[in-house]
Amino acid sequence: MAVDKFPIEAGHIMMFARSIGDANEIYYDDDYAKGTEPGAVIAPPTFVQASAQFDPDYFLRPKIGQEWFGSAKEPTGVTQRDGGGGGGGGGLHAEQHYEYHKQLKAGDVLAATSKAGKTWEKQGRRGGKLTFSESVTEYHDQNGELVVTATSVGVRTERPATSGEEK
Amino acid sequence: MSLKASEVQVGDIYSEEVCKNLSRTQIVQYAGASGDYNPLHSDEIFTTRIAGYPSVFAHGMLSMGMTGKMLTNYVGDGRLTKFGVRFTSQVFPGATLTAKATISEIREEDGVQYAEITISTTNEEGTEVIKGNATARLDA
Repeated sequence: MAVDKFPIEAGHIMMFARSIGDANEIYYDDDYAKGTEPGAVIAPPTFVQASAQFDPDYFLRPKIGQEWFGSAKEPTGVTQRDGGGGGGGGGLHAEQHYEYHKQLKAGDVLAATSKAGKTWEKQGRRGGKLTFSESVTEYHDQNGELVVTATSVGVRTERPATSGEEK
Repeated sequence: MSLKASEVQVGDIYSEEVCKNLSRTQIVQYAGASGDYNPLHSDEIFTTRIAGYPSVFAHGMLSMGMTGKMLTNYVGDGRLTKFGVRFTSQVFPGATLTAKATISEIREEDGVQYAEITISTTNEEGTEVIKGNATARLDA
């Protein structure tokens, strides 16, 4: 994944906070936020995941004029493009890790660059052979400073896994 | 309000119910906010008939986001320096999740106090859906 410009917008933070059920005023009330330690509307800890919105090639978003592999009235028969870990028919999100170097605030503009990390295999109980692959994304702000390092681990299973494989 | 090193001890536990009877609509809300429109989370026809799962299920990142809400309520806003999880079981519509933080260590680095926290989020049946760790900066 590469995202040239991920603007951290207050309205987007508010919608994201609502979607995770977080009523904390620091995510939508500028006046309240001014009186807090961060001093401004900040992004929740997992917000950088929403950089997918600004990735032109993100494979889990329907694109204008292109076929989509989800169903319409009935299944479409469209095969999804293989986009790696983190989701899709045979792929699931296994782990996610964040390191926070700097507070992310509304008004910041991030750029993200990813590189592939380790890959490994494991025999699962329900999903057959499991193939794990790691992707490390660094988010830098408008001043070139590193804000968040995100490490995502995706897993591909031989068959649908309906419960945790790693206990 | 942030946690103070003088008021926290190894073994301290904080927990919160972070969602009750999870709705399919909230899963859709997360899809819209995060930009992850994978049909596995909202499209029952695709998920059951094509992908072979019993039902649509929540994004792992929705469960992590809700677990993060518990953490920031506990340690304070802007205090996390690390937050990482493994998704150990899927979360289906109707789930009621409880997220729990346990202080595992308090340490000092360059004159700043940090708490190491272990995280466990479980569903209404007691099945762990998230297992993780976090580090938070403490007040003196």
